[in-house]
Amino acid sequence: MTDILSLSEEQWLVLRVSRVPRTIALLLAGIGVSVCGLILQQMTQNKFVSPATAGTLDAAKFGILAALILLPEAGGVLKVLFTFAFTFLASLVFLKIADRIRYRNIIFIPIVGLLFGGILNSVTVFFAYQFNIVQDVGGSGESYGAWMVGDFSGVLEGNYELLYLCIPAVLLTYLYASKFTVVGLGKDFSKNLGLNYRSVLNIGLVCVSLTISVIAITIGMIPFLGLVVPNLTSLLLGGNLKKTLPFTAIFGAIFLLICDIIGRLIIFPFEVPIGMMVGVVGGVIFLVLLLKRNR
Amino acid sequence: MIQIESLSKNFAEKKVLKEVSLSIPNGKITSLVGSNGAGKSTLLGIISRILEPDQGAIIISEKNIKEYKNRILAQHLSILKQSNHINLKLTVRDLVSFGRFPYSQGRLTAEDELKIDEAIAFLNLTEIAEDYIDELSGGQRQRAFLAMVVAQDTDYILLDEPLNNLDMKHSVQIMKILKELCQQKGKTIVMVIHDINFASYYSDYIAAMKGGQVIHFDKTENIIEPHILHDVFDIHFEIIERGGRRICNYYDN
Repeated sequence: MTDILSLSEEQWLVLRVSRVPRTIALLLAGIGVSVCGLILQQMTQNKFVSPATAGTLDAAKFGILAALILLPEAGGVLKVLFTFAFTFLASLVFLKIADRIRYRNIIFIPIVGLLFGGILNSVTVFFAYQFNIVQDVGGSGESYGAWMVGDFSGVLEGNYELLYLCIPAVLLTYLYASKFTVVGLGKDFSKNLGLNYRSVLNIGLVCVSLTISVIAITIGMIPFLGLVVPNLTSLLLGGNLKKTLPFTAIFGAIFLLICDIIGRLIIFPFEVPIGMMVGVVGGVIFLVLLLKRNR
Repeated sequence: MIQIESLSKNFAEKKVLKEVSLSIPNGKITSLVGSNGAGKSTLLGIISRILEPDQGAIIISEKNIKEYKNRILAQHLSILKQSNHINLKLTVRDLVSFGRFPYSQGRLTAEDELKIDEAIAFLNLTEIAEDYIDELSGGQRQRAFLAMVVAQDTDYILLDEPLNNLDMKHSVQIMKILKELCQQKGKTIVMVIHDINFASYYSDYIAAMKGGQVIHFDKTENIIEPHILHDVFDIHFEIIERGGRRICNYYDN
């Protein structure tokens, strides 16, 4: 305790420049990705859709690469705008595809999303090799040789602030929470209640694309988070977003924080990248969920 | 009054509706009957603006439905579709609350809460108001959806096969509720229904469709006639009259 009260100058510096930004980044990313997962699930009316299974992450990657090639000197904000535009367009295309699919099997749509993401990804990798910038693309994950695996170890004061753009996006989704619930009940259902289905979808897409873009740029990819947290919340608290959206956000932040702590402890003094930690922990939880559902 | 003016609709090359015109009277139950593929659901879908017609217009309260704002039209007209599979975990109360959406856009006022309570009570759902929809029986679920429509409090209520998948007891229950809605609250109800005897027993008017056209429209007692029904369904009907009600026997064809 006394250690905390009597920090040396150096310790203060570490706290201010590295520890606090890292914690804030973790919280924001946890909130952002989980809420995006929830909104995507509502918009596609499918519990298995998430930024990772709707091609959203791959589109963000593609956008980052395009920004690197086309605007190599661009600053953070321009990069975000560029990535955002790509992510938005790709999500729009995915929603169109999902809407066209007559065969509304619950597993089929995320599989189409994975295919769609896979295509985007292969194009990205192709150009990345062509321009010899595979190592340059994406957050701080390159030090592990893995491409854009989410990682918070590189978060320092001055390089994570873009993440604050998540806040308005998430607040907007909360304002629209009831509307997203109605959208989740289907197009006809929305029309009957006089809801402008298209414009709510577009607002959702803007929020999701913006959030995922800034997270992808600053942190990298965090798979499973957007799938596990919304499903856990709705399993426990139901599907009325007005009630559950804040909990989804809080659970997401806590979940990511816990994964980060575990990741830093198990191979101390090194750390397991958060993307992998979430993949492992989230994967296990999700498997348990699936098995319970089938019982 | 719902006025349907020379409505046409094609799906790909198939003409599903051919210049349908009809005036549906206010404060009555009107049933749309006909064989599969006669165009009943399509007609209902167009009246409710879920489908766009290729030609023609729907006039409600002397105004084309295209001229209504979405939100305002949703305060005048509601539709309950036949497939209400919901994959969200919502309570009955949550669902009924959505009926107030056209009025309050999700921020419920005291008046909304009152209407919600009323609707829940009207459909006898008070005891299960906090239960999740996906845990209810078919009859309870259908009542929950009807409660939402009641909370939406529209003058016109459209129902696409409201008795789908319900047993006889619950079918009668639903029809009685509809009758009450019509008589006590003055609602105009239009529904697609397959069971001709339910249509005969509970509706005031019947519109009979065949091949994308309304071939007969009249008061129920004028439609439940052997030659008219034969004309509509191409099968033989025996009409049994008991206490002013007509029951059809068509099981021996």
